[in-house]
Amino acid sequence: MERSATQDVLITLVVSALLIWIMPMLITTYTLTVLIIYGMLGLSLGLIWGFGGILCFGQAAFFGLGAYTYAIAAINIGESTVPMILAVLVPAVFAALLGAMMFYGRLTDVYLGVITLVVTLILFKFVNSTAGPQYVIGNARIGGFNGIPGFQTLNVPGDPNAYIWGVPYYYVCAVALVIVFLLVTWLLRSSFGRIAVGIRENETRMGLMGYDVAARKTVLFAIGAAIAGLAGALFANWGEIVTPNLFSLGQSAEIIIWCIVGGLGTRLGPIVGAAGLAYLKFMLGQQSMIDNTLIIGLILVLFVLFLPRGLVPAISGLFEATFGRARRRPAARRMRRARHG
Amino acid sequence: MDLSFVILVEMLYAVASLVLISAGLAIVFGMMKVINLAHGEFMMMGGYATITAVGLGVNVFVAMLVIAPLVVGLIGLIVERLVIRHLYGRLVDTMLATWGLSLVFIGLATMIFGNTTTGISTPIPGFAVGGYQINGYNFFIIVVSIVLVIAMYAILRGTRAGLIARGTMQRSDMAAALGYSPDRIYMATFFCGSALSGLAGAVLAPLVGLVPTSGGAYIAEAFITVIAGGPSLIAGLVSSATAFGLVNQIFTFAISPVIGEVALLVAAVVLLRAMPQGITGRFFKDKM
Amino acid sequence: MAETVLETHALTMRFGGVTASDNVNFKLKARELRCLIGPNGAGKSTFFKCVTGLLTPTEGHVFMRGQDVTGWQPHQIASLGVGIKTQTPNVMDALSVHENIWLAARRFHAVAEARGRADDIIDRLALGAIARTPLGQLAHGERQRVELGIVAVADPWLVLLDEPAAGMSAQDVDRMTDIIHTLTHSAAVVIVEHDMQFIRSIAETVTVFHQGAVLMEDHVDRVMSDPHVRAVYLGKNA
Repeated sequence: MERSATQDVLITLVVSALLIWIMPMLITTYTLTVLIIYGMLGLSLGLIWGFGGILCFGQAAFFGLGAYTYAIAAINIGESTVPMILAVLVPAVFAALLGAMMFYGRLTDVYLGVITLVVTLILFKFVNSTAGPQYVIGNARIGGFNGIPGFQTLNVPGDPNAYIWGVPYYYVCAVALVIVFLLVTWLLRSSFGRIAVGIRENETRMGLMGYDVAARKTVLFAIGAAIAGLAGALFANWGEIVTPNLFSLGQSAEIIIWCIVGGLGTRLGPIVGAAGLAYLKFMLGQQSMIDNTLIIGLILVLFVLFLPRGLVPAISGLFEATFGRARRRPAARRMRRARHG
Repeated sequence: MDLSFVILVEMLYAVASLVLISAGLAIVFGMMKVINLAHGEFMMMGGYATITAVGLGVNVFVAMLVIAPLVVGLIGLIVERLVIRHLYGRLVDTMLATWGLSLVFIGLATMIFGNTTTGISTPIPGFAVGGYQINGYNFFIIVVSIVLVIAMYAILRGTRAGLIARGTMQRSDMAAALGYSPDRIYMATFFCGSALSGLAGAVLAPLVGLVPTSGGAYIAEAFITVIAGGPSLIAGLVSSATAFGLVNQIFTFAISPVIGEVALLVAAVVLLRAMPQGITGRFFKDKM
Repeated sequence: MAETVLETHALTMRFGGVTASDNVNFKLKARELRCLIGPNGAGKSTFFKCVTGLLTPTEGHVFMRGQDVTGWQPHQIASLGVGIKTQTPNVMDALSVHENIWLAARRFHAVAEARGRADDIIDRLALGAIARTPLGQLAHGERQRVELGIVAVADPWLVLLDEPAAGMSAQDVDRMTDIIHTLTHSAAVVIVEHDMQFIRSIAETVTVFHQGAVLMEDHVDRVMSDPHVRAVYLGKNA
């Protein structure tokens, strides 16, 4: 094996503690918070795509579902703990149903892409059309394209009046990301994770070994959705409003771009890609010379053409080449396979 | 009586517009197994090409049927040479790269034309059937689609280029072994596909307000229609456009346009789940 | 009398108008070694795929240890304790030899136990030197051997191999023969094969397929000398 599990956890904790401490000196915590949330969203797709070989064109659906679940539940319940839990569960259950339908139907590749994309569109169109007063869930009006504002934001569990916002909220999100990251690390080291990678590499073989490939892909898909849902709930708290744009194709596209740029088949890549590109977009938003959609698009094209492995594997490859620690990991090949199912 | 005529026209129109918006994508997918996710933006550019040409005093039909396809076809050619040809055989990578391209085009269009809605008026007046008003332009779109399908069929069936194209679709390696350069075939295919996308965007432009992000509205429906159609180019295109067009219109009339769209999408999911190889993967297998 | 581990009743598979497998009745006893031979298109592979769950037969039934497994998924059949090797090498190219074999062992055993069993098999198959090498970097013969290791590590009582000797060097084939003989101590083995040399060296009972149906079933020597078999098969190949 590579590093031992304890080493891995220790390094993660030290590095993330340093980052959590240093980053606010460079970027405002308000911006940092959303970068962290995007990082978590990137990780959710990085997990199922990079390690499970499931290319989902609709990861934004689970993100939006998490955000809406949180907002609607928070309005009805008036505190934040149960809504947070629901925001993780609802997307996970939804993904489990959708995944079971797709994977037991043995859909792969493009067909998976079409269905996830279509489901995202259905949610988007449906939520967008619920502007009328007749669309309510409990006390919450879904609000169509106006979204849902004015819900209860995060509070200390048990005390609905003790809101967590501003700098403390930044710490909450950062710690949440570290926890999710460690859970993903643990998952990938566990038998479940190793079997998932086996399935990514060769579904037929894993089936012939006796593994129920469809069931395992469904579970992994649901785990990815749960993480995306958590990110959605955190995003809802950060923005204090949820709108149908969370479900948009543009949002889904961005998640995929983060993974490509950061590097598939790594845990860190999608997080780095997400935070990096979101920050870049934020910086570009402050100038009007060049349209920032154009730049994001250009970045995607250039990466697919010239650096299809993504930043993190490329940099760590460079690092290893320089310092000569020849760990034999055919990352490029692993990537290629990951992407092509 | 009048109502059923109106409904019939609306149904035909729904099917025709699906055929129109999917044709370019279908050709590129059928021939090259490349999903061009910038297809919607190609249509958007067709729309802008038309509006710009009309603004310069060109006859609107010339602008729609000649200038827009040529302009967009050329853009497609450039894209194929610069990007797509490096990615042949890598389905997912081409999807990602063309998705990136679609963003680039949206950005460019925003910089050139601004983020405002533009449009041209429909060049054909409406008329009344009994108590109902019918948009005359819808007939034009139906006619264009029918001509398009017949032309595609005639070219594939009757010409040498069509024969090569059919050969390439079935066995690109064999076509190459017989001395037809796949490189040039793909180039020509992408040009034709892009030109058709441009034509579709141009013809539909008078019906919609055009913004740089207009393409997004088309890509999903085109993508679904093509994938659900399956391996046979024309039979797949027509059969899945018919299925989805009917579902869409039935639910639109019965409930509302939004439900019509949602029903179309749900139908797509059900259809792909039931027939993962598309309609022509199961029926009309040996048609074109 | 040994127990029957694999049996098919009137197994038929049609693709459109073509009958690839025609009313095949087949019986295999525990710890028996059986080779299926026949010219190209004789229906061996179709039969193999129907038995392993890769295809669902149009008509007829497949029984394993008396249980009707017709229409089961491959993973359900494998879960019974059936080891399957398909015609083309089916392995995880980006993963190491050890990881490949461990994954197979893990299906039936806990983590530590699986590691021990994987180590054992790697020793037995003399794969120790390349245990950490990704399969993508290995030669064809080594990959085939690893795939046999994947099959063997799960302790199957029925092993189904589709052309295990295809494209291998003489030395590799010898080693393969040894491994298969070891497998027959605990399992019944079905081998679909083309290579007559290999069949002579390993087989006792041979089932000959022709045009989707069973043409003959007998000891290898009698099959080889049968004029009818020679006509449909050996004559064309020799």
